Parts: sequence; structure tokens; C-alpha cells
Amino acid sequence: MTLSEKILAQKSGRAEVKPGEFVLVDVDLGFANDLTGPPAIKEFEKYGDKVFAPEKVALIPDHFTPCKDIDSAGLVRILREFSLKQNISRFYEIGRMGVEHALLPEEGLILPGTIVIGADSHTCTHGALGAFATGVGSTDLAFFLLTGKAWFRVPETIAVEFSGKLPEWVGGKDLILYLISKTGVDGARYKSFEFIGPVISRLPVDDRFSMCNMAIEAGAKNGIIAPDSITLDYLRQVNPAWVSSHPDFTLNPDSGVTYSKKIAIDVSEMEPFVAAPDLPSNGFPVSRLSEVKLDQVIIGSCTNGRISDLKIAAGILKGKKVASSLRLIVIPATQKIWQEALEKGYLNTFVESGAAVSTPTCGPCLGGHMGVLAEGEVALSTTNRNFVGRMGHPRSKVYLSSAAVAAASALTGRITHPAKI
Amino acid sequence: MKLQGKTWKFGDNINTDLIIPARYMTAYEAAELGKHCMEDADPEFSKKVRPGDIIVAGENFGCGSSREHAVLALKGAGISAIIAKSFARIFFRNAINTGLPIIESPEAATAIKEGAEIVIDLTAGQIENLTENRRFTIKEFPEFLTKIVENGGLLKWATREKKEPIK
Repeated sequence: MTLSEKILAQKSGRAEVKPGEFVLVDVDLGFANDLTGPPAIKEFEKYGDKVFAPEKVALIPDHFTPCKDIDSAGLVRILREFSLKQNISRFYEIGRMGVEHALLPEEGLILPGTIVIGADSHTCTHGALGAFATGVGSTDLAFFLLTGKAWFRVPETIAVEFSGKLPEWVGGKDLILYLISKTGVDGARYKSFEFIGPVISRLPVDDRFSMCNMAIEAGAKNGIIAPDSITLDYLRQVNPAWVSSHPDFTLNPDSGVTYSKKIAIDVSEMEPFVAAPDLPSNGFPVSRLSEVKLDQVIIGSCTNGRISDLKIAAGILKGKKVASSLRLIVIPATQKIWQEALEKGYLNTFVESGAAVSTPTCGPCLGGHMGVLAEGEVALSTTNRNFVGRMGHPRSKVYLSSAAVAAASALTGRITHPAKI
Repeated sequence: MKLQGKTWKFGDNINTDLIIPARYMTAYEAAELGKHCMEDADPEFSKKVRPGDIIVAGENFGCGSSREHAVLALKGAGISAIIAKSFARIFFRNAINTGLPIIESPEAATAIKEGAEIVIDLTAGQIENLTENRRFTIKEFPEFLTKIVENGGLLKWATREKKEPIK
């Protein structure tokens, strides 16, 4: 069996599962945000009064927070009151929260071999640590609150093997944007991506998060990487108790497993990759887009708002000034990342370069607040979607890139290869 | 179960940001969301659409965000069913879970034109295009999903099955 099949089999109490079968699984962690949580709670309350397992629930107000208007404050209030009523201790108040897919691993809540569902499409991020993690709707989440379970159709698995030597300035974000440019936005629809190969074995955990985060942009149900020594090193920092109580834990696909498809990618000649409007699959090597003039650059989000992204950005921006023609907004993805960036001097670098630094929020990524675009404006963003109107006006445009390309471009005012700085 | 309505046609990769932009997502009532359904594709859509109308679309309908608000917005606008060449997975499960009929039929999605009057007979597994007097067969749904839809959605199914253990 593949990684996803193994986890789905174990959590549905079967010896084996096959693609196409329907299973009802025990969920280890289920969560929602300020937009998807309230409809889930409303639906749950029609059918039940007690959450099945409050210790397996997390509620994270990250999308329109700090609340952008009266209505969004009302949404967070629903989460807050529900958490109190149902003894859900994992409600993350503003000032202690972060973008959900950066926060949950940092809290030590994402563990290999587990099933994670979130009422947010980028829940697939958590496959980076070897969990079967996938986005669901609010009704799915209500069902989980009621029963502790979720239904799935066992997905076929596409193995994507990355080999070669990773060039300078090329990282997880570039690999996934390149892959999506090959598969299209529905090339992995209903399927699982298993990322394998020597490049993945050496890839830092933050880059793995960026890759699994965007599996959904190829239509995939999940993206997953077999847990290895890099995973364990990370888990030792965030959940040492789990590591010491699981000394013999391993999770690997069966040897000789057959995948529904195999994609091989040699990364040696790759350039940083950028997705042009209006689909994440519309990708180009960065040098092909050097004429694109920008009004706004965003560094942040569940895709690339982690400490390694901020370190790279600060390294490029240090001692330099953001182009006078644009604004740069930097949003550390969690409170912990924000504090680390403060202590390491990155935030000071950003402010001195002329950037705005925000408290953690999803805000601009989905055109919520903290950087909404006007008609005709063009942004380069380290986020994950560039659909029509995603970041604001229907006639604004969004390009997607890594933090390195974003920082370099913020200095020149045009999409720029970081090697040129 | 029979559904009759006029068709509205859309292309490939109709994403949930287009179906309901996030700027309206401080609401989660179908009627309110319905006022802004498909607004960035066609600002007049919610005014033109009539209760019972049917959307006919291309590949990967509903891709993007997990927002169930997309299904609610379509329902709120009066859409009774969606026929597409294919559906994105979270939208697919949201539709099943909330009982919005969705039909995957590349043949019907290609042939049916905008403004056609069609009848979807879910029981008989057939789509009839009254405008062009043409019929299409609907592929049978997996038993598990049929059970959810027949019970009126996931939670109704769950609470009904609760008397027996969920298998």
C-alpha cells in the first residue's frame, strides 16, 4: 500500500484498502477557522449538544483577524463561545494565534500516521510530517464534531520523484509551482501526491510544508512525505513527548508498491518558478517574467510565512530599500515566528527597508484585509492562489512566488531573480 | 426526483472565489450569499437566475477553497443542480454532504447550450434536453454517496444511523 492507503486502512480498522473504496475513519485532529467554523457549529448544533472529543478539536480565528469589521468579530465570538461551552481548550485567541497550517505543526499537534481534517483547503499542508491531512467542508467538520469520524473515498496515488541537485534560490515553493505547471490545476483531482526521491530526503521541513500546502492547487486530496530523520528532528522540538513514546515509529510505502502514475522531475537546471495570473498552474521560470511591474508584494501565509522564509527575505532586503513604486507587506505566519523574527533582527530589517510588518493573519491572501488590491493593481505574493479577484478587485492580478523572489522583486519593483540582487 | 430548469453555462476551473468571493464570507446564510453568487464572472447573475435553474460547466467545477459557502451561495441564488464535465473534490463532497444534486457528465456538459430547458430525472438516471429533444444517461452514483443524498445530507444520515453503530 501507499502511505495514504496505509493510514486510511489503519484508521478504518481494515487490513487493507484499495483506491475507489469508501471508508469511515477515526480522525485524530479536526479544525476550522473563523469563516468555516461558524457554519459547522450551526450545523452541529442542529443535531447534537456535546462534541464527541473536544481534545481532538482546534478552532483558529485566522482569516479575517484581528477582526476587520463587526460581522467578522461576530464570527470569532461564535468560535470563542462554542469553545468555552464545549471545553475545547485549543481555541487560539488573537495575540497567541497564527495562520492555522503554520500554527498546528508548531503546537506539536500534527503527528505522522494520523488523520487530520480541516475546514480549509490548505489542510493538505500537514502531509509534510507524514499525516494523511485533507481539506473538508463545514458539514464534514460538523459530522466530525458529532462522531469523531470522516468519510473518504480512498484516493489513487501519484508518486512524484524529485532528483538532481537543487540550484541556489530554488526551494519547495519552486518545486511545487513547477509540478502544478505540468499537471494543471486538475491533474491530481481526487488523488494523493506522494513526494519522493533524493531531493525530498534532503529538503528542510519548511520547504516540505510549502510543497504539501499547494497539493490542492493540482486538485489533489492530499500531499504526503514519508516521515524521516528530518521529520523526527522537527518533532523533537515541537512534541518531544511523542517522539520519546514512539521510539520505533516508521511509516513507509510498501516496497514494490504500484502507483497509479509516476512523475519524475530533475531539478538540476531549474530556475525559481513564478505562477502568473489567473491560475496557480500558469507557471514560468522567473526570468521570463522580468518585465512585470508590481504595485504590492506580500511575504507571508500558510505557504511561505515561516521563519526560514523570513530569514531568506531579510537576507535579501538587509541594508536596502523597497522600490518607491510599491509597498511590501510582511506577515509572519504565527506569533512564535513573529517573536523569533523580532529576536533575530529580521523585523527590524523589514521596517528599515520600508516594509509594513503585520501581526499573523490570512488577510490579504483571500482579499480579506491587510493588503487588498485596487482595480488594475498587480501583486507578487508568496501565497498559494491567484484566481480572478482573489486578492481584491476582479481586475487586479496576482503572481505567486517564493519569499526569495518576492523580496528581490520588492527592491526592484519588477519580478526579479534573487541572484540579480 | 425530477428537477427542471433553464441552463446557465460556464467554462473550466470555475473556482470557489468566483462562485462566492471571500469579501462576502462574513455571512453564511444561503439567501445572503446567493445575492453575490458568480458576481465576479457576471455581476448580473443573481438577478437573472430563476429558482430551479441549472448550471452547466466544464472541467474541475468548484476548485480552490473548501468554503461550503459556495454551495450555499448557489442554493441561495436558486440553482437546483449542477452538471459538469468534472468536479473538484471538496466542492463535490460539500454538495453531497448538503444534498445539492451534482451530475458528472462530460457528454451532457458539452452538448447542452445556455438557455436550454432541461429535466434531470435522478431516479431514472437521465437528463432530457427539452429544447433540443435529446437525452443523456447519468452514470450511477456509488452506493455510499447515494445513501447520504437519499437521507438528505451527511448529518441526517449520521443521526439516523446513530441508532445502529456507524460502519
